[in-house]
Parts: sequence; structure tokens; C-alpha cells
Amino acid sequence: MNEKIKALKAAFPHTLPVFTGFIFLGIAYGILMSSQGFSIIWSILMSLFVYAGSAQYLGITFLTSSFNPIYAFLMTLMVNARHIFYGISMLDKFKEAGKLKPFLIFGQCDETFSIIHAAKAPEGVDKNWFMFFITLLNYIYWALGTALGGLLSSVISFNTKGLDFVLTALFVVIFVGQWKKVENRKPALIGLLSSIGCLIIFGPGSFIIPAMVTILVCLMLVRKKVTEVKKTKDLIIDDRGM
Amino acid sequence: MTLSSSQILIIIAVMTLATMITRFLPFIIFNKQTGNNSYIDYLGDMLPYAAIGLLVVYCLRNVNFKSPANVLPELIAVSFIVLIHYLKENTLLSIGLGTALYMFLVQFIFV
Repeated sequence: MNEKIKALKAAFPHTLPVFTGFIFLGIAYGILMSSQGFSIIWSILMSLFVYAGSAQYLGITFLTSSFNPIYAFLMTLMVNARHIFYGISMLDKFKEAGKLKPFLIFGQCDETFSIIHAAKAPEGVDKNWFMFFITLLNYIYWALGTALGGLLSSVISFNTKGLDFVLTALFVVIFVGQWKKVENRKPALIGLLSSIGCLIIFGPGSFIIPAMVTILVCLMLVRKKVTEVKKTKDLIIDDRGM
Repeated sequence: MTLSSSQILIIIAVMTLATMITRFLPFIIFNKQTGNNSYIDYLGDMLPYAAIGLLVVYCLRNVNFKSPANVLPELIAVSFIVLIHYLKENTLLSIGLGTALYMFLVQFIFV
């Protein structure tokens, strides 16, 4: 029990930026759903089950146009395809998570992924429970925000314009943090430039999947180069040895 | 157009299914063969950094470069965050000040 409380205490500060972002984005989502005439139950069900912000915002259009579950399925698959990258990145990290693993995988939204990847559990804190509480707290914030939005839809009046930028800020901060380590720069740059290139070519509505393919191809090309360089280095060392 | 309750439930169900496919797929495919597959190990090492780059662009995807009022708030706020985070390396400070600056810009300067 003590071990869990320690992990929760260590996890909480890392989730603060997400707390702000999710509460307000969740409120905005709840308000939007209410304004379309959906009861708070539907908004909360969406947030608890789908738990993917951008897909949920998009989902409002599935709920307000003619009934087409196949279209809803394919669009959600496309918007969320980036999660496949997170999964591949976390294969190793979640390996020993045991009974916590299904929930860790379920809760891999953009924000949880980026925090779990960037934050390290402090000395003496169980890393699986640490990751679990980051995931759980973010999940609760999102549901809480949604519920608040549904309840307060008629009351809220202060100007929150621009507040959703908090999540952009979070990703920029993580990007800069990674940039400080020289060996991370190559994949970071590949991700950034591939995405910008595909955004220009394909437009904001459909650049994610082309960007993912470009990233994979570039990483593959770079890897070949890296292994070749390594081989030549090894050869040189061998020559010297002789 | 209003959907019936059961239609709404079906939409929620297919959206849940699609989202969970994208999250669970790598673990289902690669679960048994990690350790031997150096290519997947390599991707696991590299992809997080590339994915954050993709996320930054994804967040800024709707910035419209045709009008300065739609570019400048993002440009100023992102530059500010990069600078202050490079210098101070305090996550909450960078995010808090950066967001406050952005809100100020879109609410008062580039209205």
C-alpha cells in the first residue's frame, strides 16, 4: 500500500500540465456535446470508453450527421493511427508491468505517452505503479473535465480562448528537453520534418498516415547508414589491431 | 439529424474499437518476438522522439500561414517556450508562461 502511495506522490507533479489541459479541453468537449443536444451521460461514456480527445471532437460530427458506423470506424482508425507508434515505443517499458499492462495500453493517449516517455520514476519508486498513476490521473482528469463541461455548460462565462494551447506547449517542452541530448536529435528532426513536409503536401486533414510512413522510411534509411558506419569503424579498428 | 440511443451506442462502440485497435495492435503483434527482432528494438528506441515531432506539428496543423494574425501568436508563443525551456529547463514554468502568453496574444493583441 505504501509503495502505491509513494508512486502516486511521485506521479502527480508530472501530470499537472495535463490536469490543466484536460480539465479545460474536457470542459470544452462537454459543453460542445451539450450544445448539440447530447445528455451528459453520452459525453462521459465517450470520454470513458473512447478516451481520445481529437477523435472525440471529430466524433461529434458522426453523432450529428446520418448514421454511418463504418465511416466512424475508419475515420477514428485514421486519426488515431499515431498510437501505433506509441505502442511500439512502449513494448519494452511495459514488458514487466504484469496486471497493470492492459490499463497502461488502454490509456496511451498523446499526453500520457509523452509524459511516460519523458519522466523517469525517482529512486525507490516502483516504475510500473508510477506509470500506472500517471495514466490513471490523466484518465480521471479527462472524465472529470467532460462531466464538468456537461454540468456547467450554461454557467461558464470567462474567456478561455487559447487555453487549449497548454497541450501544444507541453509537447514543445518535451521536444526541447529531448533536443538537449545530441543522440536524440536525428529521430526528432526526422519526425518534425517528415510531418511538416506531409502537412504541406497533404493538408491538415490527412497528413498523419503519410507522415507516419515517411518517418518509418527515413528511420529505416538512417539505420542502414548507422550500421554501415559502425561496420567501417569496426574494420578500421581491426586493421589497427593487426 | 438525430440518432437514436442505440445508434449513439453503436457509434461509441465502433470508435472505442478503432481506438483500442491502434493502442493494442503493437502489443498483440510483437509481444512474443521482442528481444530477437533488432529492427523493432531500433524502432522502439527511435520512434518516441520522432512521434513527439509529429505531435508538435499535429497540434499546429491548423495554423494558417496566409494571414499574420493566424501565425504570429503560435510563432511567438512557441519561440518563447523554446527559449525559456532551453534556458531554465523548468517544465511547469515553460508551459504556464507559454500558455499565458498565447492566451494574452489571441485575446488582446491579435483579436
